Amino acid sequence: MQLEVNGQMQNLDAQPDMPLLWVLRDSLHMTGTKFGCGMALCGACTVHVDGQPVRSCITQVSTVAGKKITTIEAMSADAVGRRVQAAWIELGVPQCGYCQSGQIMSATALLKQKPQPNDADIDSAMSGNICRCGTYPRIRAAIKRAAGAGSS
Amino acid sequence: MRLMDDTSVEVINVSRRAFLGTMSAVGLVLAVGCSPRTGTADPPKYGADSMPHGAVDNPLVFVAIGTDGVVTIICHRAEMGQGVRTSLPMVVADELEADWQRVRVQQAPADEERFGNQDTDGSRSVRHFFAPMRRCGAAARTMLEQAAATQWGVPIEEVAAVNHEVVHAGTNRRLGYGQLATAASRLPVPTDETLRLKAPSQFRYIGKGEVRLVDGPDMVTGRAIYGIDSVLDDMLYAVVARPPVYGGKVVSYDASATLKVPNVVRVIEIPGTPPPSEFQPLGGVAVIARNTWAAIKGREALKITWQDGPNAAYDSTTYRAALEQSARAPGEVVRNQGDVAAAMSSAARRVQAEYYIPHMAQTPMEPPAATARIVDGRCEVWTATQAAQATRDRVSKRLGLPFDHVTVHVTLLGGGFGRKSKPDYVVEAALLSQAMNGTPVKVTWTREDDVQHGYYHTVSVEHLEAGLDAAGKPVAWLHRSVAPSIRSIFGPDPQHEAPFERGMGLVNVPFGIPNLRVENPAAEAHARIGWYRSVSNIPHAFAIQSFVAELAAAAGRDPKDYLLELIGPAQRIDPRTMSDSWNYTESPTLYPFDTGRLRRVIETVAKQADWGRKLPAGQGLGIAGHYSFVTYVAAVVQVAVNAKGELSIPRVDVALDCGPQVNPERVRSQIEGACVMGVGNALSSQITFKAGRVEQSNFNNYEVARINVAPRDIRVHLIASDFDVPLGGVGEPGVPPIAPALCNAIFAATGKRIRSLPIRDQLGASQPPANASTS
Ligand code: FES
Ligand code: FES
Repeated sequence: MQLEVNGQMQNLDAQPDMPLLWVLRDSLHMTGTKFGCGMALCGACTVHVDGQPVRSCITQVSTVAGKKITTIEAMSADAVGRRVQAAWIELGVPQCGYCQSGQIMSATALLKQKPQPNDADIDSAMSGNICRCGTYPRIRAAIKRAAGAGSS
Repeated sequence: MRLMDDTSVEVINVSRRAFLGTMSAVGLVLAVGCSPRTGTADPPKYGADSMPHGAVDNPLVFVAIGTDGVVTIICHRAEMGQGVRTSLPMVVADELEADWQRVRVQQAPADEERFGNQDTDGSRSVRHFFAPMRRCGAAARTMLEQAAATQWGVPIEEVAAVNHEVVHAGTNRRLGYGQLATAASRLPVPTDETLRLKAPSQFRYIGKGEVRLVDGPDMVTGRAIYGIDSVLDDMLYAVVARPPVYGGKVVSYDASATLKVPNVVRVIEIPGTPPPSEFQPLGGVAVIARNTWAAIKGREALKITWQDGPNAAYDSTTYRAALEQSARAPGEVVRNQGDVAAAMSSAARRVQAEYYIPHMAQTPMEPPAATARIVDGRCEVWTATQAAQATRDRVSKRLGLPFDHVTVHVTLLGGGFGRKSKPDYVVEAALLSQAMNGTPVKVTWTREDDVQHGYYHTVSVEHLEAGLDAAGKPVAWLHRSVAPSIRSIFGPDPQHEAPFERGMGLVNVPFGIPNLRVENPAAEAHARIGWYRSVSNIPHAFAIQSFVAELAAAAGRDPKDYLLELIGPAQRIDPRTMSDSWNYTESPTLYPFDTGRLRRVIETVAKQADWGRKLPAGQGLGIAGHYSFVTYVAAVVQVAVNAKGELSIPRVDVALDCGPQVNPERVRSQIEGACVMGVGNALSSQITFKAGRVEQSNFNNYEVARINVAPRDIRVHLIASDFDVPLGGVGEPGVPPIAPALCNAIFAATGKRIRSLPIRDQLGASQPPANASTS
């Protein structure tokens, strides 16, 4: 099987029903994408597939062959991703940081789709991403800051 | 060269590998604090000295300086979101006059004899290590100054370290830290008495909050490594099927279908430890595979016959009834003053209420995970642990290896909240590696494992009664708290709260009520009970701060004014006069219960939140104040409840007095996070048991706060403090006032009094809203 991850083709010998999450983490040793629930309930495993945010824990790897998979490891090479990362650092968003890969992937997808999201947009795009440390107020502020940085 | 304790070793340009390698190779045992089990003749120890292995302030242990000037500072406490890998090294760097841009932080492995206490819990890291880390930095700075003074042939008084170099003002000569490192490392470490600490006005980083998170860049790029992220060559992956009931065990199992799952390698039974099982694994059947997914699929295919054991009948509904029954009869008296019975009978009015707070689970976003490898009789583990030393100790004992043949590498923690103070998951990984002849094995707990096999926050019924005089002022107070104790995991179930649990806001109520009695009737434990952020303060503060608001309502008074009147005039109460003298391990004279500080946070938060302001119909403000972890916190929650009973929280104000704030920016983030967690506790989080089994399994039915239910606006108000005031804790004290302030706000908004958590559908609509958990 061939997968395109962050612009690189990867040859894999994986069970077709194996979730993309475990392919990334255990086969490719790309551990930036996190496991939090395995049931699309927490958003820690969010990646982009052809630009759309997807929960990799419930995405069978066979369904993404031939598509463009983008993970947190490639966000610094993405103009919007970089803005989001910068806003995250400026506002000191992370506490333990564990959920933040997924938060940044969801936030970046949101900003690509809606460059100027309002609070309701943020709620609906981000409520699938749990942060047990409770960084939500700063996540909201950082999304707005990244949006502002994009408009100026 | 370096500042290291083996000065015969000369290393140029200290690399991370060389530094850590030398650290474990050097065998110098430092004279450090004693064990807490002191003889009766010894005076009691407090603060860091009361903890195993105490505090170490030796710069040779914590600081290395390369000839390139790069300063490496060791952080010996675990990073779990509180920012300790930034805050403690920042303290060293400040006293060292190091340029933060040239500072690197390294994580210490488990070694308390070398580094001092490493138990990252109890909101203690900065509180206990601020002073030792200042001395550590000042000592290293003095050695650099001495080295420069010697080189220039001038008295040390004429030179000063300034921003990574030592300067001789008279001649304007300068030497960088890198140039001085070799000579400095050959000097003796100055004694504590000779150190010149900075005046707070000279602080560069301390108290400023301008230093960015050391791990921030890694965290936003996916490079940060947590326990679950360890990768070793030829590593295998395991998940474990554990007994569904605490104390249960495997009778028999059939692994034939499991072994047919592609990439499954082996199935291994882990013997359990019957209750009290302390930090030992629960036992069960492990599936070892070439990836985590195969292990999970293999586990699904296991056929296991369990024997459930003594807790098979544990049922949260009937247990609650038993707790209530226990709470309605007299129990062990843990504080008594005046004559409560007489005062109750002569009171003009009596008020009574009962509160219920369920089991909860910490559910850190990174579930428990550990990787172990054994080579030549030496075990190495990589894990996210709050209890590095206990992890090393339990692994060595369980494997039968000498303590110094076990190395524990502490990774970042993807949250802890008390769960990762119990290293059962690390022992599992070590046992499985041993069974696999030392092959590296990573054990991952799925979220279901974490929710169903945890160490749960206790469950409690809090029964309160008060007698009011004609003016509505309490003349009698009776509080019965009934909750299974954390001590039940360590020994025979004591059935009563330990002094450290009672001291979390139950017995140390600071109210000037002449007749006051606190009782602690019995409660049996049927699950593993463990620390959960803020611990017993959660139920005690919820009950007491709700009840005070109920009394205010009964008296027709404003709840804030009533609370302040109950606290009375400012005074410093010796905690020993209120309780068992347990005061978060701190000295009662250094840390009296200062009601003036409690008053001040309440007054501050009321002012900042514009207490008493007019709100639209369906909205209300609630207030609560609580002392915990030697810190004073008060919160005002603004709530809005619509006609359907759906609740939202537009704003929360929190005032905090934790003494001086070393890293105010991280203090704020902790208080914001505690507020969100407190809201989740109140709204929706609950673990229940049926037939001994946990009924919840994942975030669909164990619900925690999400962004759409979290308070929209959290305003943290820090009380300024001089650095001569002793430090308070920060990580935990933000949680306890939130739930009662929220429920008091709901009462103000709707007239409905919530006495049982979680709130869920008690307002007529489900909380959180049904769509909240969709992805
Ligand atoms: S791990 Fe995929 S959503 Fe939680
Ligand atoms: S920062 Fe810890 S879970 Fe989000």
